[in-house]
Amino acid sequence: MSSEPTAHKPHVPLLDLMGVFFRVGITSFGGSTAAWLYRELVERRGWMDEEHFLTALTLAQVLPGANPVNLSIYVGSQLRGGIGGAAAALGMIGPPFCVILALGYLYRQFGSSAIVHAALAGLAAVGVGMTLSIGLKLAKKVRKPIPVLIAATLFVTVGVLHWPMIPMVIVLTPASILLERFKGGKPVP
Amino acid sequence: MNETRFLTLILVFAPLSLLSFGGGQAIVADMQHQVVDVRHWLSGPQFADLFALSRAAPGPSTLIAALIGWQVAGFMGAVVATLAIYIPSSFVVYGAVRWWHASKDSPWRGALARGLIPVAVGLVFAGALAVLEAAHVNALQLVTTALVTGLLVFSRVGIYAIMAVTALVYALLEFL
Repeated sequence: MSSEPTAHKPHVPLLDLMGVFFRVGITSFGGSTAAWLYRELVERRGWMDEEHFLTALTLAQVLPGANPVNLSIYVGSQLRGGIGGAAAALGMIGPPFCVILALGYLYRQFGSSAIVHAALAGLAAVGVGMTLSIGLKLAKKVRKPIPVLIAATLFVTVGVLHWPMIPMVIVLTPASILLERFKGGKPVP
Repeated sequence: MNETRFLTLILVFAPLSLLSFGGGQAIVADMQHQVVDVRHWLSGPQFADLFALSRAAPGPSTLIAALIGWQVAGFMGAVVATLAIYIPSSFVVYGAVRWWHASKDSPWRGALARGLIPVAVGLVFAGALAVLEAAHVNALQLVTTALVTGLLVFSRVGIYAIMAVTALVYALLEFL
């Protein structure tokens, strides 16, 4: 809301940068990272304006890599160059890495217990629901017949038929980008 | 001995890193195939357990790589697998961001942003199916998945609450 045009980049100390991502990394999960970062970066600190943040979010989503990590690299490198990107990504990944190893340790100790296994079965079902909801939100943007066909082909070949993913992606990704390039359309800000 | 394991982890995860369009969900199908069917590092249900842990923990779901790496080669295995899953895609993103800002008027910008979406969508749904298969799901889990999907799409219920309630209900059902 209180966004300023980022014609001049604010000077952000590396430690502050890392600190913000560290805090967001440890408190957010399941797709809430973007919302937390928006609050920290745009609303509270004014390091980026809203439109810039939305561009960052789109790129982070479509490029390979985990969205929160991609977002950290985008923001970090915009504010402090390559080293800033690395610091932000490290801040984002460090705390969850420690947490997941702790959970992995507990799993080794108690994973054979029937009750733990039952709870994990429930959480796996929730995890698939999270994945599906992300897929559905993205799928809303796929409306034209050929993009739908590309998405469906990948789902059927990789998901249902267990064809190897790498050649399918290597063939279909450039095809999809070329298709968008030469049929024309609105430019992206 | 461990060096070969580290190398194998890198060979499995680094290519997946470059292909994870749309995030970690996109590569779950292939990761499951590699880890369970090709390398026999984990059984299907074990993979599903680690998937559940990685979704219940804070941070990106790709951190499942850390759990798999640990299983294969101990703590350093976890570090190697995590670096292998994040570093390649991070360089791509860094390069793409620089290119993005250097070519303000390029028609390729929109083509890239729009063209990657169908790829991400197809892979995300394939990933969901792979976990359902690996977990040997029962009817209750299918119902849970459908309910959670609906809640996340149509309501603002927090994911922490959903997870806590689900884990509790499943544990109680097992107990009874």
